[in-house]
Amino acid sequence: MGDRPVKCAAVGLCTLILLGAGFVSTLFSAQYDYIDISKPSLRKIPMAVPFLQVAAGTPAEREVATQTADMISRALEFTGFFTILDRAAFLADPGRDWTVSGIDFRNWTAIGAELLIVGKVGFADTTLEVELRLYDTFKERMVVGKRYKGWREDQRKIVHRFCSEIIYALTGDRGLFESKIVFESKHGGSKEIVMCDFDGHQPVPFTSNRSINLTPAWSSDGQWIAYTSYGRGNPDLYIQHVKDKRGTVFSRKGINSTPAWAPGRFELAATLSFEDDPEIYLLTGSGKIIKRLTNSFGIDVSPSWSPDGRKIAFVSDRAGSPQIYIKDLESGREERLTYEGNYNQSPSWSPRGDRIAFASMNNGQFNIFVIRTDGTGLMPLTENSRDNESPCWSPDGSLIAFSSNREGESRIYVMTAFGTDQRRLLALPGEQTNPDWSKGIENK
Amino acid sequence: MQKKFWLGWVLLLVIPGLLFTTSCAKKAVKTEPAVKAEDAGKAEAEAARRAEMEKQRRLEEERLRAEKIRADAERMKGEGEGARFEKEMIYFDFDKSNLKPEAQEVLKRKAAYLQSNPNAKAIIEGHCDERGTNEYNLALGDRRASSAKKFLVNLGIADSRLKTISYGEERPFDPAHNEAAWSKNRRCQFKLQ
Repeated sequence: MGDRPVKCAAVGLCTLILLGAGFVSTLFSAQYDYIDISKPSLRKIPMAVPFLQVAAGTPAEREVATQTADMISRALEFTGFFTILDRAAFLADPGRDWTVSGIDFRNWTAIGAELLIVGKVGFADTTLEVELRLYDTFKERMVVGKRYKGWREDQRKIVHRFCSEIIYALTGDRGLFESKIVFESKHGGSKEIVMCDFDGHQPVPFTSNRSINLTPAWSSDGQWIAYTSYGRGNPDLYIQHVKDKRGTVFSRKGINSTPAWAPGRFELAATLSFEDDPEIYLLTGSGKIIKRLTNSFGIDVSPSWSPDGRKIAFVSDRAGSPQIYIKDLESGREERLTYEGNYNQSPSWSPRGDRIAFASMNNGQFNIFVIRTDGTGLMPLTENSRDNESPCWSPDGSLIAFSSNREGESRIYVMTAFGTDQRRLLALPGEQTNPDWSKGIENK
Repeated sequence: MQKKFWLGWVLLLVIPGLLFTTSCAKKAVKTEPAVKAEDAGKAEAEAARRAEMEKQRRLEEERLRAEKIRADAERMKGEGEGARFEKEMIYFDFDKSNLKPEAQEVLKRKAAYLQSNPNAKAIIEGHCDERGTNEYNLALGDRRASSAKKFLVNLGIADSRLKTISYGEERPFDPAHNEAAWSKNRRCQFKLQ
């Protein structure tokens, strides 16, 4: 994680466009430790996002400006870190002069806004110019200032880049706004894999082979997705490059399933049963077996890597019912993690390394739990909402996506790492299950 | 005794006499000119031969029909067995892949079918109910299919004649969301190749 911020800061300074030479200047940027994401806190920071200024004042420009402000509000609200204040409560507009000296911050602190976003939008023909600033109202200082230039269709990208800068400045983490989610979507007799943005927008099909496609998994660089597909009649493991569609099919007798990419390496763990028993193996990204990782008669399935790549959590029924175990890949030692409940599955290791989310069935209902990697701190995150399964973490470990059938058909939901703010991500025809969340992907 | 003796002589003389009488009657009819008599003889023989052929043909037809019926019955009986092979499934308890006694009985019948049809090959599908992750269920279905296959192999069926495939929870027999449906979904299904 060390070199990522620098690299991303460098990228963040360049802009995204088709015109060729967009430019951005960092007017002023300072890192404040507003949100300590390692300390559990449910407090949300109140933030004001008034309407953005416009350059020329044409109706089209005003519309774009309004949209941009709303998109910023929604994106920041999605993170769960902020409460976006209602504009009806505002005492004033920032006014045309929105430099530090020009803003009367008392108008904002008076209504409880600790953070303020101001900016200006210029939209002419198809060119978009956006300048945005984040202010700390109590300290009366600018936290982030950026200028972007691009085409009309770059609006969403601009918003996400800016929000990314905000989150980075406030938490030191990056990647949420450039991340994507893959999931299974069952409809009309087949189950395909679909991809959408971190906030559920713009779902696009990833597979379209009219077969059964299962358990998609992102590589840590976001370039590959591995999944199981019955496209050739057998549950085979497909390792596919996202953009170029090239890749490998790993097909042995039995099941070839539950892929999980090793962090930072072109290797993945998967469950194979060609040796007559479902066990977890380590493979290269080109589909060659490196070695067998588990060796216990019975079901060993659903590996999930620790962020340092040294351990995997997995499900095993060696004790008589499915429980979560942790294997240290260096020492080879395997230890049982879960002792409560007798049906624990789908472990997902937090990118922060300290906790594992999983699904546990009790009294016929599934709920998402988290537990510390030392086995303490077992905590339910969902309850009384029918079946909640297949948790996966956002790139910075602050959010969890999962599937829930609380509304009837299974849908993808999102919540904070503490179980608050549970809301549906998107709804497609049929049922959606088994999400997987990528890290931030640089080239969209 | 003397009466019976005479009775015998009477019969001995009368019956042949009757026979000759009838023969003679035939002969009595043939009083036509010699040439016509010859033609009539030929025609007779011809007619007799044709009649005989007809009779033979009819007998053959009968025989063939009877045989076809027998063969059809055999085949239908075989197909019936095959249909039964595919229709009869084995069921499992929740989260288990061990074979219950009823399942073992069904498998013995399947082994018998495979013994009597040495060219038959089968695919054993492993299925689960919808509870649990589909990852885990894919593995559980695989275990169930393996269980069934091992049992059949132990009964003497060649390993190469049996292929397994797991569908996990992806292909329920009954899509309802209750135990009645779930118990039908925790199964192995058999398909002839």
